[in-house]
Amino acid sequence: MADPMRIRAQAAGDKTTVRVLMSHEMETGQRKDSAGKTIPAWFIREVSATHNGKPVLQAQWGPSIAKNPFLQFVVKGAKAGDKIAVTWIDNKDDKRTDEAVVS
Amino acid sequence: MTTRRKVLTQSAAVAGLLAGVGLLPGAAQAAWSQAAFEAKSLQEAVKALGGSAPVESKDVTITGPDIAENGAVVPVGAACSLPGVKRLLLLVEKNPNTLAAVFDVSDAVEANIGTRVKMGQSSNVFAVAMMADGKVLYAAKEIKVTLGGCGG
Repeated sequence: MADPMRIRAQAAGDKTTVRVLMSHEMETGQRKDSAGKTIPAWFIREVSATHNGKPVLQAQWGPSIAKNPFLQFVVKGAKAGDKIAVTWIDNKDDKRTDEAVVS
Repeated sequence: MTTRRKVLTQSAAVAGLLAGVGLLPGAAQAAWSQAAFEAKSLQEAVKALGGSAPVESKDVTITGPDIAENGAVVPVGAACSLPGVKRLLLLVEKNPNTLAAVFDVSDAVEANIGTRVKMGQSSNVFAVAMMADGKVLYAAKEIKVTLGGCGG
Protein backbone atom coordinates (compact mmCIF):
# COMPACT_ATOMS: atom_id res chain seq x y z
CA MET A 1 0.00 0.00 0.00
CA ALA A 2 1.29 3.37 -0.95
CA ASP A 3 1.83 6.24 1.43
CA PRO A 4 -1.16 8.42 2.33
CA MET A 5 -2.03 11.49 0.32
CA ARG A 6 -1.95 14.90 1.87
CA ILE A 7 -5.19 16.70 1.18
CA ARG A 8 -6.03 20.21 2.20
CA ALA A 9 -9.41 21.75 1.50
CA GLN A 10 -9.98 25.38 2.39
CA ALA A 11 -13.28 27.17 2.00
CA ALA A 12 -13.39 30.81 0.91
CA GLY A 13 -16.92 32.08 0.36
CA ASP A 14 -18.86 29.43 -1.57
CA LYS A 15 -15.74 28.01 -3.18
CA THR A 16 -13.35 25.48 -1.75
CA THR A 17 -9.83 25.11 -2.98
CA VAL A 18 -8.58 21.56 -2.70
CA ARG A 19 -4.87 20.79 -2.87
CA VAL A 20 -3.73 17.20 -3.04
CA LEU A 21 -0.21 15.86 -2.78
CA MET A 22 0.08 12.19 -3.66
CA SER A 23 3.02 9.97 -2.98
CA HIS A 24 3.97 8.05 -6.11
CA GLU A 25 7.06 7.29 -8.18
CA MET A 26 5.47 8.18 -11.55
CA GLU A 27 8.03 6.21 -13.55
CA THR A 28 7.68 7.02 -17.27
CA GLY A 29 8.98 3.83 -18.82
CA GLN A 30 11.52 5.92 -20.76
CA ARG A 31 14.37 5.86 -18.26
CA LYS A 32 17.12 3.26 -18.03
CA ASP A 33 18.82 2.00 -14.90
CA SER A 34 22.60 1.75 -14.45
CA ALA A 35 22.65 -1.66 -16.18
CA GLY A 36 21.02 -0.14 -19.27
CA LYS A 37 17.71 -1.90 -18.71
CA THR A 38 14.54 0.10 -19.20
CA ILE A 39 12.71 0.78 -15.95
CA PRO A 40 9.09 -0.25 -16.53
CA ALA A 41 6.43 2.43 -16.47
CA TRP A 42 4.61 2.84 -13.18
CA PHE A 43 2.30 5.81 -12.90
CA ILE A 44 -1.10 6.93 -11.70
CA ARG A 45 -3.64 6.55 -14.49
CA GLU A 46 -6.91 7.61 -12.95
CA VAL A 47 -7.76 10.10 -10.28
CA SER A 48 -11.23 10.89 -9.01
CA ALA A 49 -12.56 13.24 -6.38
CA THR A 50 -15.87 13.25 -4.52
CA HIS A 51 -17.62 15.91 -2.46
CA ASN A 52 -19.77 14.34 0.29
CA GLY A 53 -19.82 11.13 -1.76
CA LYS A 54 -20.88 12.83 -5.01
CA PRO A 55 -18.29 12.54 -7.81
CA VAL A 56 -17.09 15.99 -8.89
CA LEU A 57 -13.87 15.44 -10.83
CA GLN A 58 -12.39 12.60 -12.86
CA ALA A 59 -8.95 12.68 -14.40
CA GLN A 60 -6.82 10.48 -16.62
CA TRP A 61 -3.11 10.97 -16.31
CA GLY A 62 -0.20 10.02 -18.50
CA PRO A 63 3.36 9.27 -17.41
CA SER A 64 4.42 12.89 -17.89
CA ILE A 65 2.85 14.04 -14.62
CA ALA A 66 5.64 14.82 -12.17
CA LYS A 67 6.78 12.49 -9.39
CA ASN A 68 4.75 12.81 -6.17
CA PRO A 69 1.93 14.49 -8.09
CA PHE A 70 0.27 17.68 -7.01
CA LEU A 71 -3.28 18.52 -7.97
CA GLN A 72 -5.31 21.61 -7.27
CA PHE A 73 -8.97 22.18 -8.08
CA VAL A 74 -11.87 24.30 -6.89
CA VAL A 75 -15.16 22.80 -5.70
CA LYS A 76 -18.21 25.06 -5.88
CA GLY A 77 -20.67 25.05 -3.00
CA ALA A 78 -18.60 23.07 -0.51
CA LYS A 79 -18.89 24.31 3.10
CA ALA A 80 -16.72 23.85 6.15
CA GLY A 81 -17.27 20.37 7.55
CA ASP A 82 -17.95 18.81 4.13
CA LYS A 83 -15.92 15.79 3.13
CA ILE A 84 -13.64 15.69 0.10
CA ALA A 85 -12.28 12.28 -0.88
CA VAL A 86 -9.66 11.59 -3.53
CA THR A 87 -8.89 8.20 -5.08
CA TRP A 88 -6.10 7.22 -7.45
CA ILE A 89 -5.49 4.03 -9.42
CA ASP A 90 -2.10 3.31 -11.03
CA ASN A 91 -1.20 1.11 -13.99
CA LYS A 92 -0.47 -1.82 -11.63
CA ASP A 93 -4.06 -1.52 -10.34
CA ASP A 94 -2.82 -0.36 -6.97
CA LYS A 95 -5.21 2.17 -5.48
CA ARG A 96 -5.56 4.48 -2.56
CA THR A 97 -8.33 6.69 -1.19
CA ASP A 98 -7.92 9.48 1.32
CA GLU A 99 -10.40 11.88 2.79
CA ALA A 100 -10.21 15.40 4.17
CA VAL A 101 -12.67 17.72 5.86
CA VAL A 102 -13.16 21.22 4.46
CA SER A 103 -11.94 23.89 6.85
CA MET B 1 -7.22 -6.08 -61.70
CA THR B 2 -6.66 -6.85 -58.01
CA THR B 3 -3.28 -8.37 -57.43
CA ARG B 4 -2.27 -10.25 -54.34
CA ARG B 5 0.10 -7.44 -53.41
CA LYS B 6 -2.72 -4.89 -53.48
CA VAL B 7 -4.93 -7.04 -51.26
CA LEU B 8 -2.12 -7.43 -48.76
CA THR B 9 -1.40 -3.71 -48.55
CA GLN B 10 -5.09 -2.98 -48.14
CA SER B 11 -5.60 -5.45 -45.33
CA ALA B 12 -2.52 -4.09 -43.59
CA ALA B 13 -3.99 -0.61 -43.84
CA VAL B 14 -7.30 -1.80 -42.39
CA ALA B 15 -5.53 -3.55 -39.52
CA GLY B 16 -3.63 -0.35 -38.81
CA LEU B 17 -6.87 1.62 -38.68
CA LEU B 18 -8.49 -0.89 -36.36
CA ALA B 19 -5.52 -0.83 -34.03
CA GLY B 20 -5.70 2.96 -34.08
CA VAL B 21 -9.23 3.09 -32.75
CA GLY B 22 -8.59 0.31 -30.27
CA LEU B 23 -10.85 -2.31 -31.85
CA LEU B 24 -8.27 -5.06 -31.97
CA PRO B 25 -8.03 -7.22 -28.85
CA GLY B 26 -5.09 -6.32 -26.67
CA ALA B 27 -5.38 -2.64 -27.45
CA ALA B 28 -8.63 -2.46 -25.50
CA GLN B 29 -8.36 -0.59 -22.22
CA ALA B 30 -10.90 0.08 -19.49
CA ALA B 31 -11.45 3.77 -18.93
CA TRP B 32 -7.97 4.97 -19.74
CA SER B 33 -7.68 6.42 -23.26
CA GLN B 34 -4.61 4.57 -24.50
CA ALA B 35 -4.84 5.99 -28.01
CA ALA B 36 -4.99 9.56 -26.77
CA PHE B 37 -1.99 9.09 -24.49
CA GLU B 38 0.03 7.61 -27.36
CA ALA B 39 -0.73 10.55 -29.65
CA LYS B 40 2.24 12.57 -30.84
CA SER B 41 0.56 15.92 -31.42
CA LEU B 42 -2.18 18.20 -30.12
CA GLN B 43 -4.43 17.41 -33.09
CA GLU B 44 -3.99 13.64 -32.74
CA ALA B 45 -4.70 13.65 -29.01
CA VAL B 46 -7.86 15.74 -29.34
CA LYS B 47 -9.04 13.53 -32.21
CA ALA B 48 -8.45 10.37 -30.18
CA LEU B 49 -10.69 11.83 -27.46
CA GLY B 50 -13.42 12.50 -29.99
CA GLY B 51 -12.98 16.25 -30.35
CA SER B 52 -13.06 18.44 -33.45
CA ALA B 53 -10.13 20.51 -34.75
CA PRO B 54 -8.81 22.74 -31.94
CA VAL B 55 -9.10 26.52 -32.29
CA GLU B 56 -6.90 28.99 -30.40
CA SER B 57 -8.94 31.06 -27.94
CA LYS B 58 -8.39 33.88 -25.47
CA ASP B 59 -10.91 32.35 -23.08
CA VAL B 60 -8.57 29.49 -22.27
CA THR B 61 -5.59 30.32 -20.11
CA ILE B 62 -2.47 28.37 -19.35
CA THR B 63 -0.30 29.31 -16.44
CA GLY B 64 3.28 28.28 -15.88
CA PRO B 65 6.79 29.66 -15.56
CA ASP B 66 8.60 31.20 -18.56
CA ILE B 67 11.74 29.33 -17.61
CA ALA B 68 11.69 26.11 -15.60
CA GLU B 69 14.96 25.30 -13.93
CA ASN B 70 14.07 21.68 -13.34
CA GLY B 71 12.10 19.87 -16.04
CA ALA B 72 11.12 17.11 -13.62
CA VAL B 73 8.71 19.40 -11.80
CA VAL B 74 7.04 22.14 -13.82
CA PRO B 75 3.94 23.68 -12.25
CA VAL B 76 1.26 24.33 -14.87
CA GLY B 77 -2.38 25.26 -14.71
CA ALA B 78 -5.25 25.19 -17.18
CA ALA B 79 -8.38 27.31 -16.91
CA CYS B 80 -11.32 28.31 -19.08
CA SER B 81 -13.56 31.30 -18.39
CA LEU B 82 -16.47 30.12 -20.55
CA PRO B 83 -19.35 28.06 -19.11
CA GLY B 84 -19.97 24.54 -20.37
CA VAL B 85 -16.49 23.05 -20.17
CA LYS B 86 -16.57 19.27 -20.29
CA ARG B 87 -12.91 18.44 -20.32
CA LEU B 88 -9.61 20.15 -19.70
CA LEU B 89 -6.46 18.73 -21.27
CA LEU B 90 -2.83 19.48 -20.60
CA LEU B 91 -0.27 18.67 -23.28
CA VAL B 92 3.48 19.07 -23.61
CA GLU B 93 4.38 19.26 -27.30
CA LYS B 94 7.87 17.77 -27.26
CA ASN B 95 7.43 15.02 -24.68
CA PRO B 96 7.56 11.43 -26.04
CA ASN B 97 3.81 11.24 -25.44
CA THR B 98 2.26 14.64 -25.88
CA LEU B 99 -0.81 14.27 -23.68
CA ALA B 100 -0.10 14.74 -19.98
CA ALA B 101 -3.53 14.78 -18.38
CA VAL B 102 -7.26 14.79 -19.05
CA PHE B 103 -9.64 16.23 -16.48
CA ASP B 104 -13.38 15.53 -16.75
CA VAL B 105 -14.90 18.60 -15.16
CA SER B 106 -18.38 18.39 -13.65
CA ASP B 107 -20.68 21.32 -12.84
CA ALA B 108 -19.59 21.23 -9.22
CA VAL B 109 -15.97 22.01 -10.08
CA GLU B 110 -14.52 25.16 -11.61
CA ALA B 111 -12.73 24.83 -14.93
CA ASN B 112 -9.47 25.71 -13.25
CA ILE B 113 -6.96 22.96 -12.54
CA GLY B 114 -3.37 23.07 -11.42
CA THR B 115 -0.78 20.29 -11.39
CA ARG B 116 2.88 19.58 -12.08
CA VAL B 117 4.29 17.95 -15.20
CA LYS B 118 7.62 16.61 -16.39
CA MET B 119 9.22 18.15 -19.47
CA GLY B 120 12.04 16.55 -21.44
CA GLN B 121 13.09 19.79 -23.14
CA SER B 122 11.94 23.33 -23.85
CA SER B 123 8.59 23.09 -25.56
CA ASN B 124 5.16 24.54 -26.10
CA VAL B 125 2.64 23.54 -23.46
CA PHE B 126 -1.04 23.50 -24.42
CA ALA B 127 -4.18 23.86 -22.35
CA VAL B 128 -7.22 22.56 -24.19
CA ALA B 129 -10.86 22.99 -23.23
CA MET B 130 -13.41 20.63 -24.79
CA MET B 131 -16.80 22.30 -24.55
CA ALA B 132 -20.23 20.70 -24.16
CA ASP B 133 -21.26 22.09 -27.57
CA GLY B 134 -18.41 20.24 -29.29
CA LYS B 135 -16.02 23.16 -29.68
CA VAL B 136 -12.39 22.59 -28.84
CA LEU B 137 -10.42 25.64 -27.72
CA TYR B 138 -6.79 25.87 -26.76
CA ALA B 139 -4.05 28.16 -25.50
CA ALA B 140 -0.31 27.69 -25.83
CA LYS B 141 2.66 28.84 -23.79
CA GLU B 142 6.34 28.24 -24.37
CA ILE B 143 8.23 27.00 -21.34
CA LYS B 144 12.01 26.87 -21.49
CA VAL B 145 13.66 24.07 -19.56
CA THR B 146 17.27 24.34 -18.46
CA LEU B 147 17.48 20.77 -17.09
CA GLY B 148 15.40 18.01 -18.70
CA GLY B 149 13.18 15.78 -16.59
CA CYS B 150 12.95 12.64 -18.71
CA GLY B 151 16.59 11.62 -19.03
CA GLY B 152 18.15 8.93 -16.88
